[in-house]
Order: sequence, then C-alpha cells, then structure tokens
Amino acid sequence: MSVLADTRVVVPEVKASRGYWASVGMRLIRDPVAMVALGVILLIVLAAILAPYVAPADPYRGSMLRRLRPIGFPGYPLGGDELGRDMLTRLIYGGRLSLFIGVMPVLLAFCIGSGIGVFAGYIGGRVNTIVMRVIDVFFAFPSVLLAIALSGALGAGVLNSIVSLTIVFVPQIARVAEAVTTQIRTRDYVEAARVSGANAFTIVRVHVLGNVLGPVFVYATSLISVSMILASGLSFLGLGVKPPEPEWGLMLNTLRTAIYTQPMVAALPGAMIFLTSISFNLFSDGLRSAMEVKQ
Amino acid sequence: MNVIVDTMKPVGDVDRGGEATALLSVRSLVKHFGSNSGLLARTRTVVRAVDGVDFDVMKGETLGIVGESGCGKSTTARLVMQIIKPDQGEILFDGEAVGSSALGLNDFRKQTQMVFQDSYASLNPRLTVEDTISFGPRVHGLPRKAAISRAHDLLHRVGLEPSRFAGRYPHEISGGQRQRINIARGLALEPRLLILDEAVSALDKSVEAQVLNLLLDLKDEFGLTYIFISHDLNVVRFMSDRVMVMYLGKVAEVGPSEQIFTTPRHPYTEALLASMPSMDPDNRTQEAPISGDPPNPINPPPGCRFHTRCRFVTALCAHAEPPLHDVGGEHFAACHLANPASGHPRLAAA
Amino acid sequence: MGDSDTLVDVRQLTVDFGPARKPVRAVDGVDLSLKKGETVALLGESGSGKSVTLRTLLRLHPKSARTGGTVAVDGRDVLAMSAAELAAYRGRTVSMIFQDPGLAFDPVYRVGDQIAEAVKRHDGVSLAEGRKRALELFERVRIPSPERRLDNYPHEMSGGMRQRAMIALALACRPKVLLADEPTTALDATVQIQVLLLIRELQRELGLGVIFVTHDIGVAVEVADRIAVMYGGRIVEMGSCATVIRKPAHPYTRGLLTSRAGHAAQKGSRLVAIPGAPPDLANLPPGCAFAPRCPEVADGCLQTVPAPVPLDTGHFACCFRVSASSAPKELRRAIA
Repeated sequence: MSVLADTRVVVPEVKASRGYWASVGMRLIRDPVAMVALGVILLIVLAAILAPYVAPADPYRGSMLRRLRPIGFPGYPLGGDELGRDMLTRLIYGGRLSLFIGVMPVLLAFCIGSGIGVFAGYIGGRVNTIVMRVIDVFFAFPSVLLAIALSGALGAGVLNSIVSLTIVFVPQIARVAEAVTTQIRTRDYVEAARVSGANAFTIVRVHVLGNVLGPVFVYATSLISVSMILASGLSFLGLGVKPPEPEWGLMLNTLRTAIYTQPMVAALPGAMIFLTSISFNLFSDGLRSAMEVKQ
Repeated sequence: MNVIVDTMKPVGDVDRGGEATALLSVRSLVKHFGSNSGLLARTRTVVRAVDGVDFDVMKGETLGIVGESGCGKSTTARLVMQIIKPDQGEILFDGEAVGSSALGLNDFRKQTQMVFQDSYASLNPRLTVEDTISFGPRVHGLPRKAAISRAHDLLHRVGLEPSRFAGRYPHEISGGQRQRINIARGLALEPRLLILDEAVSALDKSVEAQVLNLLLDLKDEFGLTYIFISHDLNVVRFMSDRVMVMYLGKVAEVGPSEQIFTTPRHPYTEALLASMPSMDPDNRTQEAPISGDPPNPINPPPGCRFHTRCRFVTALCAHAEPPLHDVGGEHFAACHLANPASGHPRLAAA
Repeated sequence: MGDSDTLVDVRQLTVDFGPARKPVRAVDGVDLSLKKGETVALLGESGSGKSVTLRTLLRLHPKSARTGGTVAVDGRDVLAMSAAELAAYRGRTVSMIFQDPGLAFDPVYRVGDQIAEAVKRHDGVSLAEGRKRALELFERVRIPSPERRLDNYPHEMSGGMRQRAMIALALACRPKVLLADEPTTALDATVQIQVLLLIRELQRELGLGVIFVTHDIGVAVEVADRIAVMYGGRIVEMGSCATVIRKPAHPYTRGLLTSRAGHAAQKGSRLVAIPGAPPDLANLPPGCAFAPRCPEVADGCLQTVPAPVPLDTGHFACCFRVSASSAPKELRRAIA
C-alpha cells in the first residue's frame, strides 16, 4: 500500500456512478408517505382509465324509483345519486374528467410557463423586468377569481376550463422558473460555459434547463391538487363540465340538496377530490425532499 | 482503442507576436458598477471595482495577483476573460486587440481559459465529468467522439484515471479531484493563457500541495502562461515569477516575485507581508501592522488610496495620486516614497 | 480528579452520526484537557473531527447524534445536563465564536440590543445595565466609535467588525471557556492578524481557557500554547506549540509542515505533497486512519489503531513508527 508522492490520485473502489434522477428515485422509494400517495394516485388513475371494465354499472342510467339510496344498498355499493345512478360507477368515471381537467392545465402551464420563465431569467435586464411585471399583473388576481372570470368570459365546457386554468397557472410557474434561472445563471459553471465560447442557446440547453426544470417540475406537481380543486369548483358553478357527464365537482353541485337526506352520499365526490388532491400534494412534497438532499 | 485523436500539442506554433510581445497586455482598464438608490434614482453609488489598471503578462511566465477584498483582482480576471465588459481601457492578446477583426472573441476564447475557486459550483451537477470537459471542444466544432477522447486524455494528464472518473458526477468526487477536473476543463480548448482565480483556496492544505505541483507540471508540459490570483502570499510566492499587488482597484506594486517579498516598496505590501501569521512560536506577531478593515471601493479616498491607513502618510498623499514609479529591476511601486522627485518629506530627511 | 485549574476534561469522546446500522464516527476516542489561561489549538483538515469535538462541548449536535465518553467542563458533566442546565451553561460557562459572524447575530435586531439581551437573560439585570456592559465590551474588543456601533445592524458592519462584535457577544456573560471555530478563516489577512492578536490579548486579560479550531498552521502558532493535530476523528499528535512545530513526530504532522508552500526549498522545485485525499469517515480503514497516505507505512499500521506514544513531557504521537528513544528529527526550515 505504499504510495508515491506524485500527482496521481489513488482512489479506492467506488460503487457505480448514479445520475441525479436515479438517486432522487432511490430516495423517493424509501419515503413511505410518498409511496403510499403515489399508490393512491396510480389506483385512481388506473380506475379512471379502465373505467368501462372496472365500474359495475352504466354511469348514465338512472332510475327515479331508486334515487338517493344510502351506501351499502344492494346493487349500489356506494349509494345512488339524485337520479338513481350508481355512485361508485359515477365516481370511477368521474375520475376521468376530473383528472383530465386537473392535470392538463398544469402540464400546459409547465411547458408555457417554463419557456417564459427561463427566457426572461436568462436574458435578464429590462426584458426580464417587462416580462415579469406583465406576469405579475395576472398573478395579482386570486386564482379562483381569475379562473371564474376567464371561464365566464370564454363560456362553459371542458376545453374552456382547461384554457382558463392554464392561464391561471402560467404566471405562477413562470415566476418560479424565472427565479431559479436567475439563480443558476450566475453559477460558476454557467460562467465557465460562457468562457468556453458557447452561445446562449447552447448554454441554456445544456446547462440551464437540466438544472431548472427539476425544481419547476416539483412546483408544478404541487399545483395539480390546486388545479383539481379549481376545476371542480368551476364545474360546481356550472362553468365547466355540463350534466350528465360524471365529474366530481359537478356531482357535488347536483347532490347539494341531498345533503339533508343522504349526507354520506352527498359528501362522496368531495371525499374523492380531497383524496386525490392530498395524494398529489404528499407525493409532490416527497419529491421535493428527495431532490433537496445534498448538493 | 485506436481512435486517431487530435493530441494536445504544446503551444508555440500559434505564436503570432514573437518572443518580445507580451501575451497579455492590459492598459487603463476601468470598470465601475453603478447602483441607483434614493428616490427616483437620484443618488448613484458607484463601485469603482477596477480604476485604471495596467499590466503585462509575458509568454511562459506566471503573474501572481494578490490583494484583499475590494481590491478588484477578481473583477480584473473577469474583465480579461471578457465575461464582463470594461468601461474603458484595452486588452491586447499577443499584440492584437480582443474583439477586433484580427482577433475575434471566439478565437480569443480558445486561447484564454479560467479555473474558478469553488470547485463544486463550477461543475454542472447534471453532467458527467467527461461531458463537462468535452463541452468546450464540442462547442467549437469538435465531433463528440473526438471531444470525449480528448477529455479522457486530459483526465489522465491531471492524474485522474479516465476509466474511473469519466462517468462520475460532481457530487461523487472530492474537492481536490473536482479542482483537477476544473483544470482539465480549462485545458480542453488548448489555451495559451490560463487564469487561476483562487483555484486552490478552497482545498485542504494536504491536497493544495498536490494541485500546485500539478499546475507546475502542466505549465511545463503545455508551455502555458498563468495568471495566479490568490490571497495566500506563500502560495503566490511559490508559484509566481512576477507579482502584482492590488489595492482598491489600482495597482500598488508590481515586480519580480522575490523582490516584492524581500524588498517591498509600497507600505501596503509591507503591511500585507507583515500580516502573515508567524511560523515561529518564539517570535509571534506582537502588533498588527495595520488597523481597520479594507475600505469599500464605493468612495475611495482622494489622492493615494492607501493614505488613510498608511503610517507614512503626509499632506502630499491626500492630494496627489502617485503613479507607478520604476524602482529598478522591473519593479514598480505606486508610492510617493518610492519616487525621489515626489517631494515627500521623509525623502528629504534621508 | 485533576486540579481546580483544569477547566475542560474530555475523556474517550466518541460522536456518531447517521443511521444506527451504518454509523459515521466523526470523533473516535478523543482525550483533551484545558487549563485556565491556556489556549489549545485543534489543527486538522476536513473530516478530522475538530469542529465536531468543539461543538460537543456545547452539545450543539442534532438529537440523532450519539455521544460516548465523558465531557467535564468546570467540574460539571456536560453530557448529562438537562435542557434548563444547558441553557444556563451556554454563554455563561462556555461560549463560542464562529467562522461566520452572521450565525451569531439576528439580522433584524441591532447589535447592541442583542448583547444587552444576552446579559439580561444570564445575569438577570436590567436592559440598561446590559447596554452599559455592551458598551464596555465594544471598547474592550477595540471597535472604533463604540457608542455609535452599538446601534448598528449586523449588515451595516464590515467583516472584521462583525467578528469583533461576535467576540463581544461571546464574552458578554463572562464565560470561563471560549470556543473558537475557525473564526478568522473568512477574513482578509490584515484583519485576521488583528483578530488573532485581540483573542490573545483578551485571553490574557480575562484568564480564559480557549480551544481554537483551525486548519491553518500559522494561525495555530499565533494563538496556541498547545496544539492537538487531528486526523480521521482522532488526535494523532499533541504537544506544546514549539515542540509540535519544530519537532513533529507523526508523519501526518510532518507532511503538513513540509508540504506548505512557504517551506519549499527553491523556486522551480516541487512541493513535497501528501498523496491521496482526506479520509472518508464512513469508510475508515481498520488500523491507523492515515496509513493509506503515509510515506512510512508498515504492515502493522493497517491492523490496529496506534496508541499514544509518549515522547517528551506533554508530547505524544499515535504512531507505531515513532518511539521515545528515537527522538523526532528537527525539521529543516528554509523559507519561514
């Protein structure tokens, strides 16, 4: 084991190198809360996708004789709604639209918002100020109000809901993206890249994006829960999905009056919104912890 | 493994200016940072980070730059690297102005590179070691395979086995190794001038010696020229042929390294040297050579910038700023005491 | 045990971090003592355990850390103290200054108020009394225009002044022991020497015991009476300042001293560098922690951890290759 006093480096054997996302994944797997949340999400998503095979009944077929049955009534495992349709089926099918309207806007806003944020953050200076102050104007509105106002202007419907929610979320994501990009822009390795003669586009592509999109993605996942609640809210107010489509928010609206006769059944859609939204939240927290470690 | 790789050639065949031309020539470099404060930005605080700096770096030498916080050495490095634009002054590389038609910025970038202090922050945490090193050459058109090959070759030269290190990520390697990678990256474009900005300051002392040895080896092997910026005077003395002492954005003294350390002619250099902790337990420092903190470059004192802390201060010093005066042997000091014709009272007494 | 002059008595201290199944032993069997009016320097690089040892004296570790051994300060068992006893002990008996003065001061309160507050809490006097004491302290640490500076916020002071203010805060309640965790590492050279001289002077005036953690040998020489060299969580050599600097016995200490740029023989030659890198505490070799890098390593070195070998009075080294009979060779010194 004698070592020469020269400039060579002697290194003990080290386990195989792991990329950043691989180590994040490994840390995430060891987080029980995040894993349970992920499990719940996957369950709900799978159920929604495989709805025709999983749901026991037809979501549209009702029976006026069998309105508002309680939970556990034979043939209606989770009860029946105000038009006699099976709640379990409606909830499973409702997941489709609720998830779609909840997740799509965040996805779109992630793409658009990151683009704006990274651009403004990297350019800096006056362009940055102008872009960010315009963003701030939208940011000044409370999200619920803005969503309602936009939906009202655009009209009801799934597509319009998605558009208005996307517009609500773009400023928030753009802000986070801009903040992180501004931070990264001054890092030594970006300066070193500039010193190597790379142009702005290459630097952004190779050095900035990889380091910015991670935190922004985590932030975006935390917005999914908010988005789902807003989407349900819009449907509740009649600005989103139209009946008889099953969608949790809409179901909350139509079951409103049943709250005195069948409170448990009336609360079910709300419970689903809560469950899904908190699962996304907890998973997003777990992801953030897994990403934060070390550096 | 018989890929024909463009091997690292020792620099010399691109020498345009000849022996006598300085590799880097900086004249009257000025950089002020402004910030607006007060209502409606009426008051403007100006940080005079670099306020008129001239120096040359000859081919094949190591110029050490020393100074404390606020002296402008890091800003000077960034100005030379063209990371920030100077307000005034010119920078000549091998006789040609940077950014002119004779020497485009891209060309200049290939010939001058920098190694930063923070070994961790200078590496992109998402890229492997070989990707980081090969980035520069690829930007300049080298195909991926050749660039990776060059990266492996450089890893070998800096003492890191490519088979072990090429695929690693920055968080998996130690500080000394990271700094070697930074050096390898700096050499990837085959530069002639390498600026080392506090490159060893953040390393453990036992590792610092290894990296200094490595830098000396590489300098010989590739015929490099170094600008070595550090706050550690012992290290600067060891590494440098000539040393430049900066204070508050100006050059206080410059000259051959041994002369500066044995016979400093500027009171600030004296004070700096006297501030080094003593290594003799029986002869500890009894009195601080200078009091107070290095001042802020926002409102530098009039006249000689050092006069507020100088023990030889006199009325002349507060009015007239001393130019760099030749005290013999390529040694210059910006002090009235060094200039027999300045009229400093102490000179008359001698 | 020990005379009343012994302020700090640490025996076989061990500190483990991390999960119980795979602990990382940051400190491994450290014995340390400190007398009144004495300064001991803990000299080492990253991973040597010097800062962890220091912080154990104030129990500044997270709850997950597991400590073993005994730590007695001023006759009291620190590891057994309750939360209330700790609160009274910190600042009063033992105080600490850090590398970053920002750690000690709250940025939203004035500096003078913070010191006065500390005095009030520990001594039970009025705030006005506290302010008077703060002024006294500022004068003592040589802050110019002390009355004005008392009303400064931390960010309004320069680095050197903040460091002095932190020293003032640390001394506010007249502690017996001052712990210094690399307080001058981030300071400019001209400021560093001022702070070191200040600490020396204050120690003389107040009769403090000081434990000073540093990685810079020069700094250790300027302040310490005794130096303890640490490596891999253990003390590998300890002795008086002059002995350790002039006649280092342990190969690591010798390596540190000879690899300094100031020690180099002549321009153009290479430094005598210690090969390898500081150890990974999670993967220490079974024997001597320094063996993988040691120029004098022998077979036995990787088997057992060397016990302290007494060399001179108060000088010992943990190495199989030194013995009391073969006196350590004096180091040749070229450039000081």
